[in-house]
Amino acid sequence: MGLLYGLIAVGLALIFGLMDVTNFAHGEFLMIGMYASFFLFTFFAIDPLLSAPLVAAALFVFGALVYLLIVRFAMRAKANAGMVQIFSTFGLAIVMRGLAQLFFTPDYRSIPHSWLGGKTISVAGIFLPEPQLVGALVSILAFAGLYFFIHRTDFGRALEATREDPGAVALVGIDKNRVFAFGWGLGAALVGLAGAIMAVFFYIYPDVGASFALIAYVTVALGGFGSVFGAFAGGIIVGLVEAMTALMLPPSLKSVGIYAVYLLVVFIRPRGLFGSM
Amino acid sequence: MDKNFAARRRRDLVIAAMLAALAALAPLFVKNVYIQNIMVLTLMYAALSQSWNILSGYCGQISLGHALYFGIGAYTTELLFTKFGVLPWFGMLAGGAIAAVIAMGLGYPFFRLRGHYFVIATIVIAEIGLLLFQNWEWAGAAMGITIPVRGDSWLKFQFMRSKLPYFYFALALCCLAWFVTWWLEDSKWGFWWRAVKDNPEAAESLGVVVFNSKMGAAAVSAFLVAIGGAFYAQFLAYIDPESVMGFQFSLLMALPAVLGGIGTLWGPVLGAAILIPMTELTRSYIGGSGRGVDLIVYGGLIVAISLALPQGLVSLFSRSKAKGATR
Repeated sequence: MGLLYGLIAVGLALIFGLMDVTNFAHGEFLMIGMYASFFLFTFFAIDPLLSAPLVAAALFVFGALVYLLIVRFAMRAKANAGMVQIFSTFGLAIVMRGLAQLFFTPDYRSIPHSWLGGKTISVAGIFLPEPQLVGALVSILAFAGLYFFIHRTDFGRALEATREDPGAVALVGIDKNRVFAFGWGLGAALVGLAGAIMAVFFYIYPDVGASFALIAYVTVALGGFGSVFGAFAGGIIVGLVEAMTALMLPPSLKSVGIYAVYLLVVFIRPRGLFGSM
Repeated sequence: MDKNFAARRRRDLVIAAMLAALAALAPLFVKNVYIQNIMVLTLMYAALSQSWNILSGYCGQISLGHALYFGIGAYTTELLFTKFGVLPWFGMLAGGAIAAVIAMGLGYPFFRLRGHYFVIATIVIAEIGLLLFQNWEWAGAAMGITIPVRGDSWLKFQFMRSKLPYFYFALALCCLAWFVTWWLEDSKWGFWWRAVKDNPEAAESLGVVVFNSKMGAAAVSAFLVAIGGAFYAQFLAYIDPESVMGFQFSLLMALPAVLGGIGTLWGPVLGAAILIPMTELTRSYIGGSGRGVDLIVYGGLIVAISLALPQGLVSLFSRSKAKGATR
């Protein structure tokens, strides 16, 4: 489960963590990813596992569009830039939930009989549910890919440079909007991937994103802004803490442990575990 | 400059007094209970947003967890009333005091945090409060508390037949929050807060005790929001954790101030006056179908205003005022 939180958080780690743009619609991106996977399954009978790249591609376009149509202008605000980002993306989240209710109805949906759904695999005597296992695997790959991308490619360097000093990068011929639009696309694609995998074993409904988004913010902040590895570590810690709290407290209180650990960590290390900002 | 400032403040006070008088007369002309209901909510959100604005706008410590104090105000009042028979008036003050003390207690560790880390900490602490109340059997857990009807009386602050007493209380609360803000704006606290917001290091070097300034702002802000919570509980006669302490509520409380103009005297009132009636009207006229069209309109408007007027609706007025000054 920890790696699953990591998978949801990895896209946010890119948008919120690395580009330092607040995205309050992250949970709704996840919701769209889940619906996309659901409809590809119901109408075209494409298994979520196969359609995941399609969903990611669709979300890439969507994320880039959101940046170009909304976030670009929010970042241009001279005053209150932080609040403008929070509330323009919050407004977007409400619109997306409304659209989902309108077109997809508020019904709870789920994907029956997928390749992975409900199957378990036995590893050294421990039974593990297959979808979660695949989620964990994809999560590790996604983090490794993002880490490589940020630290080893020109794009990654351009991205960090753009966050640090948009004026200076313009002088060396980097188009800030192109870099950030690509970054948003990538971030959305990653959360789309998470949505596609989660669609296999989670109910899908318009408000589904809200419950995961908060934990994703906490995961990114726990690991520290500006660190891909931090978000990965944050995801694992969140998962472990949740599992441990569930053993000690009633299940309805399981998130309390996650929140308490976040507070504890930032009181000791005000920039998270591996944060640079 | 100084003279202008004093004149502006006097004018603000006069305008506020006139608006309050007009609002007080409004129920004479508006008999429709549905509209009266919207007016009460508008005044309440204006008061809440004005209180939130003290910490987050003036002092610059963005809190998205103020639902915690709202919930504490509501729950303190109702638990004291239903379990011990304490009159809501005392419960209200107790709730405010508890919220202020908690805000200061939390301030100790919280105010060391900066930026996103601080904002997320405020969200998280409110969420912890929500989960605890949802699991607290004695306090009604997730089912909440239904406030028993004991007949209409000012003593028990309960009115079934008419919404007017609630209206006047909400108006008074709104005026109080506005006046506190007005008064603090020109006090040493007001200047400290703006200094802390703009540049904490510089403020510290000039002898502003940054930490204490933040604590003061947090206490005042939490106290007023908790009074609002107590009012809301009496007004609805029913509370449950999700509706008074949920994350959505923290955002709804901040929204009028942000859209109206964060860190300004008139922003919250202006924002609430436009946003709340609009929310309620869209909800009842196009939201009835349950198909989410009201959400699309509402969310779209938030996006549009926050992008078009990053400094809030008040910037429309100040722009024309600035033109007049140069002429």
